[in-house]
Amino acid sequence: MERDLVMRTQGLTKVYTMGNTEVHALQGVDLTVERGEMIAIVGASGSGKSTLMNIIGCLDYPTSGTYYIDGVHVENLSRNQLADIRNSKIGFVFQGFNLLARTTARENVELPLLYDRSRRKIEVRKTAEEALERVGLGDRMNHEPNELSGGQQQRVAIARALVTNPSILLADEPTGNLDSKTSVEVLALFQELHDQGMTVLLITHESDVADCTERIIELRDGKIIEDKCIEAAKAHLTI
Amino acid sequence: MKASTLVKVASQSILKNKMRTLLTMLGIVIGVGAVIVMVAIGQGAQSQIQEQINTLGTNMIVVTPGASRQGGVSRGAQSYNRLTIKDAEKIKRESLFVSAVSPVVFSRTQVIGGQGNWRTTINGVSTDYQIIRNWDLKYGRFFDQIELRQMRRVMVLGHTVAENLFPGEDPVGLTVQVRNVPVEIIGVLEPKGQTASGTDQDDVVFAPYTTVQTRLSGWSRIFQILASTPSSNDIPSAQEEIRAIMRESHGISRFAEDGFTVRNQNDLAEAEQGTTEVMTLLLAAIASISLLVGGIGIMNIMLVSVTERTREIGIRMAIGARGRDVLTQFLVESIVMSVLGGAIGVAIGFAGSNILSQLTGWNTVTSPTTIMIALAFSAGVGIFFGFYPARKAAALNPIEALRHE
Repeated sequence: MERDLVMRTQGLTKVYTMGNTEVHALQGVDLTVERGEMIAIVGASGSGKSTLMNIIGCLDYPTSGTYYIDGVHVENLSRNQLADIRNSKIGFVFQGFNLLARTTARENVELPLLYDRSRRKIEVRKTAEEALERVGLGDRMNHEPNELSGGQQQRVAIARALVTNPSILLADEPTGNLDSKTSVEVLALFQELHDQGMTVLLITHESDVADCTERIIELRDGKIIEDKCIEAAKAHLTI
Repeated sequence: MKASTLVKVASQSILKNKMRTLLTMLGIVIGVGAVIVMVAIGQGAQSQIQEQINTLGTNMIVVTPGASRQGGVSRGAQSYNRLTIKDAEKIKRESLFVSAVSPVVFSRTQVIGGQGNWRTTINGVSTDYQIIRNWDLKYGRFFDQIELRQMRRVMVLGHTVAENLFPGEDPVGLTVQVRNVPVEIIGVLEPKGQTASGTDQDDVVFAPYTTVQTRLSGWSRIFQILASTPSSNDIPSAQEEIRAIMRESHGISRFAEDGFTVRNQNDLAEAEQGTTEVMTLLLAAIASISLLVGGIGIMNIMLVSVTERTREIGIRMAIGARGRDVLTQFLVESIVMSVLGGAIGVAIGFAGSNILSQLTGWNTVTSPTTIMIALAFSAGVGIFFGFYPARKAAALNPIEALRHE
């Protein structure tokens, strides 16, 4: 069976040197993600989740191992090429929203398009407005982050991640700063995007969040210790 | 990013911190303002000196003999005396541009009378001399055409001579002895002071050249011919004309050299202009120091800004900004700040130099060139002092920047 892979890592390791001691944050991670999957990466703090996310998100280089995203061999790329990959293939959603302060929702969403180097002829404003409508914030476009609720801010961040039509949506504890009701709404939004064919990678330590995905990968001490597929993920959304 | 987007983004983030931006720009404002005022003062002094030079001799043209060659060796100006009274008369008669002409005969001699004696230069000149040099009289009068024609023994004293022979007195009507010839004093000139080279212009006496040639020195040689035009615009044409008249008068063939030199007041004044140029430069250099300090202020604030906005930089990098994008953003911010400050500084500098000239009566001159240079300079300051903070921002590690609180 031919599988449509979005990304694949092989033997990914990451070693940090802290003073005289070496910290092995990742010790050989093999991970394959198919297009359209919705995956949760779970693990206790110090398990290597964040390191893995940084490498998958092309913010950091692995110490060894290979990493392909959407057919591009990433580990040998220059800093600038990595920036371009982040711009075109990866959509980041952070725990702390990370929106630019005193900048309207629309301008926040427009930002990735301004750094687009592919010279695609895109209508920046229109594309940004469409992305905001997709996350249900069509009526909040000219609001600044401090005029929006946490859930709305996270929606703006998701719209910003979506606006470049990335290969993978990478969410790092997306509900970490939200109350449970809003968390459910945001997760439902991820579900919706997944149903529309988006590949979603959630990094979380909350089992509730992990349970609404189709596949849970558990990390411990820089290794994958469990990789299981689960059924009927949507059932958990009703909690 | 497009340039317009860059400037827009930069202006937005500058406007987010109005007070800080204002204070940062203040350094550039003061620096540029100071440069403009100082240059205005310097150029004002320069134009004032130009005016002074012009009053020393309004639109003066000097014809000196010389630059003759013997066997191919130039002997320089004054090596060969070929000026005559006829030359001066011919210029006066034929020239369309020249309004006053005077031959000059020099003689160093002792003047005896009053408190004792004084060695000075007797200048034999014509009545036009007073017009050419634009020289007013303190006492009495200058000699007239009749006295000139009749070779009358009359004399006008320079201020220094009058002060030495007749201190605190009006000597008009008194007599002095020059080479045993009694000469009547008919006037005393106002002081003119020293020239740039330190010569006392007032240590001199004037008599009709006819008198000097025949009675006081016995020399008929003309050392120079002075001429002047009514307007400074006529000087170049007048010089050409005088040259043509002189060549004709001397019967110089078409390919031969002139045998005389025609210079104008500006040629003679170049040295003095040079000094004021140096002064202007010096003033501008001192004022530039405040511009430098303003630039350091920008660098300081940009460094603070980079630290404060580390998270913003992280976000921008995470969503695909290259290092160069971040560098350009911060560089544009500092340039926008410095150019804006420069523009305000230009306005203040202009207003300041006007106010200054009204308060002190100093002459100030402001020119479009100064504006252009000041603006270019402040942009340069923005680039120079903005570069280090911008590079620091661009070199940030996105992961650490994102984690920054």
